[in-house]
Amino acid sequence: MKNTVEIRWHGRGGQGAKTAALLLADVAFKTGKYVQGFPEYGPERMGAPITAYNRISNDPITIHSNIYSPDYVVVVDDGLLESIDVTQGLKKEGAVIVNTRSSKKEIAEQLKRHGWKGSVYTVDAREISVSTLGRYYPNSPMLAAVVSVSGVVEPEEFLKEMRDSFAHKFAKKPEVIEGNMKALETTFAELAEDGAKAVRKSA
Amino acid sequence: MAIRERLSGNEAVAYAIRQINPDVMPAFPITPSTEIPQYVANYIANGKVDTEFIHVESEHSAMSAAIGACAAGARAVTATSSCGMALMWEELYVAASDRLPIVLALVNRALSGPININADHSDSMGARDTGWIQIYAESNQEVYDNFLQAYPIAEHEAVHLPVMICQDGFITSHGVENILLAEDDRVKEFVGEYCPAHYLLNEKEPMALGPYAVSNYYMETKRGQREAMENARQVILEVAERFEKMTGRKYGFFEEYRMEDAEYVIVIIGSAAGTCRAAVDRIREVSGKKAGLLKIRVFRPFPEKELAEALKDKKAVAVLDRSEMFSATGGPLGTEVRSALYGVKSQAEVVNYFYGLGGRDITVEDFEEVYVKLEELAQTRVVKDMYAYIGLREK
Repeated sequence: MKNTVEIRWHGRGGQGAKTAALLLADVAFKTGKYVQGFPEYGPERMGAPITAYNRISNDPITIHSNIYSPDYVVVVDDGLLESIDVTQGLKKEGAVIVNTRSSKKEIAEQLKRHGWKGSVYTVDAREISVSTLGRYYPNSPMLAAVVSVSGVVEPEEFLKEMRDSFAHKFAKKPEVIEGNMKALETTFAELAEDGAKAVRKSA
Repeated sequence: MAIRERLSGNEAVAYAIRQINPDVMPAFPITPSTEIPQYVANYIANGKVDTEFIHVESEHSAMSAAIGACAAGARAVTATSSCGMALMWEELYVAASDRLPIVLALVNRALSGPININADHSDSMGARDTGWIQIYAESNQEVYDNFLQAYPIAEHEAVHLPVMICQDGFITSHGVENILLAEDDRVKEFVGEYCPAHYLLNEKEPMALGPYAVSNYYMETKRGQREAMENARQVILEVAERFEKMTGRKYGFFEEYRMEDAEYVIVIIGSAAGTCRAAVDRIREVSGKKAGLLKIRVFRPFPEKELAEALKDKKAVAVLDRSEMFSATGGPLGTEVRSALYGVKSQAEVVNYFYGLGGRDITVEDFEEVYVKLEELAQTRVVKDMYAYIGLREK
């Protein structure tokens, strides 16, 4: 991992992109990193495009600006690909991760129209979430995807921290803990097949 | 041992409030400060503090209730932003002139219009003449640290003034960062109990507070406030020293970053100082040019002498303001820094910039450009405009 990794999240108000960024900051913090997780608000309303950011570093972070040349971009809603150039400023050697039911090829074609020729990863967070949790919560698969693709946190460490954090968060509904863990593991497995860099040792 | 945590700026302030456990918190919600009373209300509901929360119908009432509570002898706190503080305006003056050590957690946000919820110092800068002590923060760590120091400053017998603890809306208030927290018992010991010498509910000492003052008395009251503000200077430093003993973190009126040999200096307040810090490092690493940063922490009382001393021998200084005051000559910080330097007959060229109004982002590259311009200015010694803009879209 290079010293500071910068990640930009694109989503719509109410979809949890900000929460996902904060969760990533949380888990990276727990593994000893210096972190920032912050949202950029436009008009506050459900469904409006929102951006959230992460900086994750081994050193203290003092910069308080938005991120314009991220290492990774995460798109929580593929409907945004039409209206926003999500790869704007994305480093050539970086990668974009899209939550979509479309194929990787289709998404790569779509991004090419904005001039993006670099790495593309797709995650069907809906499919993973519904099959493991019975409902659509995109955050767990998207978090696992960004960890898997970026390697900002070691996968084993990530899973351990997430189990602790689910145990805390869902103390009153422990039945969803295993489903969430399964969602994370499934995402890792799928992305490993796709050539993501941070592969689980056991996978 | 400090507690290693990650919190947003609003969480950090609420955490400090929990540790201090003030007697009364009247508050009315407004973005981006809403979370502070929200988190404190949680602490109250969960029995973590016994603060009395007063649900008021406006910010005017919030500050009025804080004044009432503090006058009665209680430790009071409130939080607000932007238009919320504008609605407190009348009461801000009352709190200061009644010499009530209220602490206000201000989350800086632009004033309307156009309506805008983002970081901008117009709210607190507009209130700079109300008689409140104002302390600003670059990071979540600093806003937490400043908040812990607020009551010991405000309640000091030589001061007895209200204190505004300011942080930048969203940038720090909603941004999660690493933070070191002090243990509850150490905070309690540091902040201490509030034992006012005079208070309204003291039946042994009946008194009036905030009565009408005829012309024969009004001016002396203002003179008294000025003296308290002057005394605050020493007290702020003493409290900071005590704080350093507890945490190891050092605070003063302002922070000087790579200033010793600096020739080109940016003076700034708030979260953007962290971004400027990165620009200073990059410039020194890449070109070896002597860039420096002076970050204002205490704006009221204004550290005029110390600031002039720190800046007078520099080649060129850019003062960055995150609020307009429409004097058409510059911003509040720019004007005061110029004025401070006039007194010491400094040869430094000074230029004033507006940046970040209504949350307009400012980047490391923006700061690098300012340093380039400062170098030009030092060579030409011609200030083309009294003030300029950073990141403004020109036609």
